[in-house]
Order: sequence, then C-alpha cells, then structure tokens
Amino acid sequence: MKPLPLFWRWMLPIISGAVFVALWYAIRHWSGLQSWILPAPDEVLAAAWKERERLLRAAGSTAVGALSGFLLAGVSSFGLALLLGSSRALRAGLYPWLLVLQMTPVIVLTPIIVLWAGPGLPGIITITWLISFFPVVANMTQGLVSADLNHVALFRMGNATRWQELVLLRLPGAMPYYLTGLRIAATLAPVGAIFGEYMVGNSSGGSGGLGFLVYSYNTQIKIPALFATAMTSCLLGFVFVAAISWLNWAVLHKWHDTFDRDDH
Amino acid sequence: MEPPAPIVKFTALKKRYGTGPLVLDGLDLTVAKGDFVTLIGPSGCGKSTVLKLVSGLNPHSEGSLEVLGTKPRLARDRQAFIFQDATLLPWLTAQGNAELSLRLRGEPPAVRRARAADLLAKMGLADFGGYYPRQMSGGMKMRVSIARALTLSPQLLLLDEPFGALDEMTRNRLNEELLSLRDQSQFTALFVTHSVSEAVFLSNRIVVLAALPGRIHAEVKVDFAYPRQAGLRERPDFQAKVNEVSRLLHQVEVTAP
Repeated sequence: MKPLPLFWRWMLPIISGAVFVALWYAIRHWSGLQSWILPAPDEVLAAAWKERERLLRAAGSTAVGALSGFLLAGVSSFGLALLLGSSRALRAGLYPWLLVLQMTPVIVLTPIIVLWAGPGLPGIITITWLISFFPVVANMTQGLVSADLNHVALFRMGNATRWQELVLLRLPGAMPYYLTGLRIAATLAPVGAIFGEYMVGNSSGGSGGLGFLVYSYNTQIKIPALFATAMTSCLLGFVFVAAISWLNWAVLHKWHDTFDRDDH
Repeated sequence: MEPPAPIVKFTALKKRYGTGPLVLDGLDLTVAKGDFVTLIGPSGCGKSTVLKLVSGLNPHSEGSLEVLGTKPRLARDRQAFIFQDATLLPWLTAQGNAELSLRLRGEPPAVRRARAADLLAKMGLADFGGYYPRQMSGGMKMRVSIARALTLSPQLLLLDEPFGALDEMTRNRLNEELLSLRDQSQFTALFVTHSVSEAVFLSNRIVVLAALPGRIHAEVKVDFAYPRQAGLRERPDFQAKVNEVSRLLHQVEVTAP
C-alpha cells in the first residue's frame, strides 16, 4: 500500500482531534448538561491549570510506580522467556499457569498483594508488574523459538554450542518480539500504576499519585479536575510509549525490515 | 599405489523420514577428490535430502554413507553448506556474516576479521563489508554466503540450489566466479540445481535422479577442461551436452507417477 504523504499524516489526527473537540462542545451546548456531569474542554483546561501542582506531583509519583513496575516486568520476563525458550518441557509445564495468572483479574488479587507486598509503592509496583509482564514473556518466548530453520541448520553445520546458538542467533532474532512485548507493556504500566494507586495508594500516607487523585476528586465531585486527571494520565502514557518507540528504533533500525526507507 | 580415498561414498543408501515412504532408494555414488558433481532431477527426487545426509543434518536409514573417510557428523568441520537462500543473519553486516562460521569455530577476532575481509574482497564486495542484508541485492547476499562458506577452506562444498532465485545474468556471473574460486581453493563440490545449463557449465559429472522414491537414473560425464570460461556456453558441443541431459531429465519426468 502507498504510504500517506507526511503532510497528511500530521494533518489527519489534528483534523480528527478538532472535530472531536467541536462535537464535545456541541453536545455540551445542545444537551444542556451541567459542568459537573460534562465539563467543556476549556473548563477541563482551566481545572488542569488550577490543579497543576497536585497533578504534576501526582504524575511524578505515578511515573515512579509505573517505571519501576515496567522495568521489573522487562527484566523478569526476559529471564522467564529465556527459561521457557530453552525447553519444550518447561514451556508445556509453565505456560498454562502463566496464562491462568494472566487471566485472574488483578482486582481479585489486590487485597492479597497488599497483604504480602504492603500498601503504597511496593503494592503499586507489584500490581503494575503483574499487569504488564505477560505480553513481554509471551512475545519474547515466541521470538526465541521461531528462529529461521535454515539459520538453525547453519549453526548445527558449524557445530555451534547451545550458548552460541542462543547468543548469536536466538536472542538477536527475538529482539523485535521482545520490543513488541515491551511496547504493549509500556501502554499497560501507567494503567497498572494508576489502578494500583486507586486501590492501595491512599493507605500509604504518601503523595498518592494520579490514581489517588481520581479517588479524591471523585469523592469531592470535582468533575472537571477528574477530566484533567484523565488528560494527565494520557500524557504520561504517551511519554512511556514514545520512549519505547525510540528504544525500538535504536535497536532495530539498522537491520530490521520495518525500518525500510520507503516503507513508511 | 592405492586409489585416493573418496570424498563421499554412498553404498545402497536408503532414506525415509520417520515411518514415511522411501525418499531415497538404494543410492550408489562415489565422489572423488576434485569432482564437481551435480544432482539434478524432478521435484521429489530427494536431491536436497542427499545434501542433508552428507552434511549430517539428518541421519540416513539404511546402507552406508562415508564422508571424508568418516561419519557425516564427524566430517562437518571440513565441509561447508551453501543454502538455497543466502541465510544471512539480518542483524549482522556483510563482514559480520562472513565471519560467522569462523566465529562459531572460536577463531580469534583478528584472524576471522582478516579472513572474512579477504574472501569478501575475492567476491567483489570489498567496499560493502558494512552493509546489512536488507541493503543488498539477492546476488550480493549470495556472494556473502559463498564467502562465509569458503572462510573455512572446506574440502567439500555442498550447494543446495544456491542460485535458483537469481536472475539469469547474475546466475551466470556467479557460476563463473564459483569455478574460479574452485580453481584457487581446490574444493570438491556436490551441487543441486534445477537448471540444466548451469549443471553442464559447472560440473564434470551430472547425476540425473528419478523421483518417488529418489534413485539414480543416469550419470553424464562432462569433460570440458577446467578452467572454463563464459564463452563455453556458446559452443555447439556445450549445447549438445545440455540437450543430452535435458533428454534424460525428460525421461524421468514422463515416467514419474
């Protein structure tokens, strides 16, 4: 498919954003809804400005939880995927249980996590890790086991050791998969941290984070501020995804086909 | 004086995968030092399987197979395999890929760097060492693949339709280069192809295989003297040889079920 010209790739999201804001105003105007049910965009911005210090501090605190959980997920899933990728038996034995863990709603586990990891940051990091590690494990394991058969034959022909096969063939080949997993985790980590803060952030006695602000603004019925919190969360998520996109580019752009010049 | 030990010796060799039907049925073939033997035949004649057996990637089922005087697996360090596609690692440069076989063998970096650079230069890629596979054409990639194989100075070179995906001009060029490398490095070659003229140009012996199960239908000697030049292809006796092999191929294609 022919790629869109650069101009339109920037213009189209701007246009759709403008349409969205116009619709928002229109609905607000014609529906007659009050500001505490549907604040207009300018009221949200005004609330964001008014609460800027709390929002920024909360975003910083959420970023710490999200980044810690994300890094923990990145490192632990790397190790776990190496383990799973090394043996069919381990994969068969462990993978179903990982799926079970992934399918168990985190909300059910939250009291147990607080009981074990404690409230506040440790609990938040654990929840973030739990939400974001699985896609990384799943992707990276897939990458490790899907080495090109001819490449494997080439290594066998060269009497390669298992270590050489891992380091020179399977690990580099799994990098695109790992990064795809990390990209998904990067979208999940801020969500996980905010959810964790919402559930356990208030019991820490600390600054709380965005999740705690959600709780707090909601009980105070400060709806425009609630919208502003959502906006801030969005921005935080965007920073995470941008960082991981950069990492993806840095690792892969030299050799991976997705970075072909006329591809996008 | 005893005759020199054969490079490859198949005796009543049979191969089946698992409990499947016979893929190769009773192959008897001896490849002598310096031979350039080409296996040609219709799909399903097991010609690629032969190479896998010789390289020790797969075990044979019955009969015996001796490679460089020993079992195939034990002869691995004296043979090299060139695959149907170039099989380069996409995350390594041409130089890195050409070094790979030596790296697997644990050669020190300085040695493998020099040896790989030398062979890349021989393949006309002296200025392309820093290129990644996705930046190279099919012909360039195959050249890197050949360089990688020859860094090992193999006694036996196995080639599985290495030029099948290339355009005819590139294929002819690489055929000529392969022969000139052979004149320099004195390897014995076992080559698989679908192209009759490529087979005649390269080999001194062509083995025509029949399919299902794979077996030897005929062997053709090609005694044009080496070194062979591009001009050979235009000679009438070259064309006659091509016709002879084509006729043999036609026989096995029509008798195939």
